[in-house]
Amino acid sequence: MATRLADRAGLLAWLFLLPSVLYIVALVAVPFALAIAFALSDVSAGDPSYDYVGGRNFERVFDDPVFWRSLGNTFVFTGISMVLIVVLGKVLANILVADFRGKWLVRFLVLLPWTTPVALSSISWLWLLDSIYSPIDWVLRFFGFLGPGENLYWLGQPGLAMTSVIAVHVWRLTPLAAVIMMAGLVAIPRDIEEQAMVDGAGYWRRMFEIKIPLVLPVAAVAALFGAVFTFTDMAVVRVLTRGGPNDATQVLASWAFYRGIEGGDVGQGAAIALFLFPLLLAAAIAILRVVRRIEVW
Amino acid sequence: MNRYAVRRVSARIGVYVAAIVAALLCAGPFLWSLVTAFKQNRDLYDPTNNPFVFNRPATPDHVTYLFTDTAFLTFTWNTLWVGVLVVLITLVLALPAAYALARLDRPWSGPLAVAIFLVYLVPPSLLFLSLSRVVVAIGLQDSTWSLVLVYPTITIPVSVWLLMGFLKGIPRDIEEQAMVDGYSRLGAFVRAVIPLVFPGIVAVVVFAFTLTASEFIYALAFVAPTEEMPVSTGVPTQLVRGDVFFWQSLQAATVAVAVPIAFVFNLFLDRFVAGFTMGSVKG
Repeated sequence: MATRLADRAGLLAWLFLLPSVLYIVALVAVPFALAIAFALSDVSAGDPSYDYVGGRNFERVFDDPVFWRSLGNTFVFTGISMVLIVVLGKVLANILVADFRGKWLVRFLVLLPWTTPVALSSISWLWLLDSIYSPIDWVLRFFGFLGPGENLYWLGQPGLAMTSVIAVHVWRLTPLAAVIMMAGLVAIPRDIEEQAMVDGAGYWRRMFEIKIPLVLPVAAVAALFGAVFTFTDMAVVRVLTRGGPNDATQVLASWAFYRGIEGGDVGQGAAIALFLFPLLLAAAIAILRVVRRIEVW
Repeated sequence: MNRYAVRRVSARIGVYVAAIVAALLCAGPFLWSLVTAFKQNRDLYDPTNNPFVFNRPATPDHVTYLFTDTAFLTFTWNTLWVGVLVVLITLVLALPAAYALARLDRPWSGPLAVAIFLVYLVPPSLLFLSLSRVVVAIGLQDSTWSLVLVYPTITIPVSVWLLMGFLKGIPRDIEEQAMVDGYSRLGAFVRAVIPLVFPGIVAVVVFAFTLTASEFIYALAFVAPTEEMPVSTGVPTQLVRGDVFFWQSLQAATVAVAVPIAFVFNLFLDRFVAGFTMGSVKG
């Protein structure tokens, strides 16, 4: 009786897990191994036969100044976005957990940037940043910051193009960071704060000695998730600038796509994409450390 | 006493101002899109016109055009059915997996849970090249089915993680009671645990659907024919002819897709936040 199939926890655990594990091995682990194999081959869209070429793809990638430019851009893009997303996400989370009328509507409006498919919202921004019709330029002209008929060419100048791409990305991911941090804020046991209040701790003291330390691990998880997301994202870049002007906003992911899918050079594209991995691995280790700390707490 | 009253009132005003500013910063582009969608060409293509109001009478022409003369409805339909199938596959695979990891107490469940979590760190931008070869090999290139096959790799890890959180929030006594009452372990899971974790399941459904609808890289790399595209790639690539963007129709498409998803997501926001809390913090 006790050994009925449906009662054997060990076997049941295997049966429950196997489908998920197989699915992920087949469609994540195997393609990952394939990506490494492609990076060492001359596979292309025109000639899909596999020939081993060793490190030649990597040599060609390193010789290409665009690669180094993309690598640098990726770091700038990720670094600046992350700081802004975490800071603004925390501010937004504090607003969203406060009590006020019309909260439902405000939450709905705040969620929009994140729940909308990124390619669609980026298209809206493409017009908001248009070289002639940009409403932002219109406002600047209205207040006299720009002369009549003058434009900023948001996506046409290297510095401004990067600023635009980062701004749109931050705008899109901040609501997600806020939701994750709301979880952290909600999780702080109420009595800790009440106790501190009873003990006479003021607002700032409670903020710095209780709230921030308690939220920090969750904020760190949000930050690392966001960093991975940002680091590997190309949708905003792709829709807004296609990496331009002159590769000023090209990032590793978009460059790999350009080479591997549009240029048809699968080997080189794979070699570029693989560069994401060591950095992701570092992020993974960092996340695990933080998660472990939370579990102890 | 009066001083406190003043302070309280100003704090209330501060909260409202902050909320309104946040809402405008986030939703501003969508409000503007909504106005733009109904603009006449002569209104839109004049840089001296105020872009936030109608300078000429509004027209529904471009919105009608979107629904009648473009493949927008096809894209929407594709996104919907891909989303539904992906969510189903995700639940069927992730729910038992999450239960096994959260409850069945195997020595390897800790490391395996972490391993599944780490899959999230192997992103589409690293896999799309080799997966596009895999898709070709299976014969699914240029078919929406390729997305049904591949998207669960994105949604399963997150869903397992979230569901584990919800499952850990259910007292063990409930299963034990069900087993005392004569159910097997499997029966207890199906009859006692799944109904209780239902709120979590709904949250995961919404989250997985949102992720699926937003995905861009795989859809762009695998599917080229117009009638097979989902919204996320169809709208930005097919509503543009050469250098001519159908701007008003594009803005209408953005609003038409954005509003329903955000609406549903908002309904479940609190549950979603709760899932995150139980999963990561009380691990």
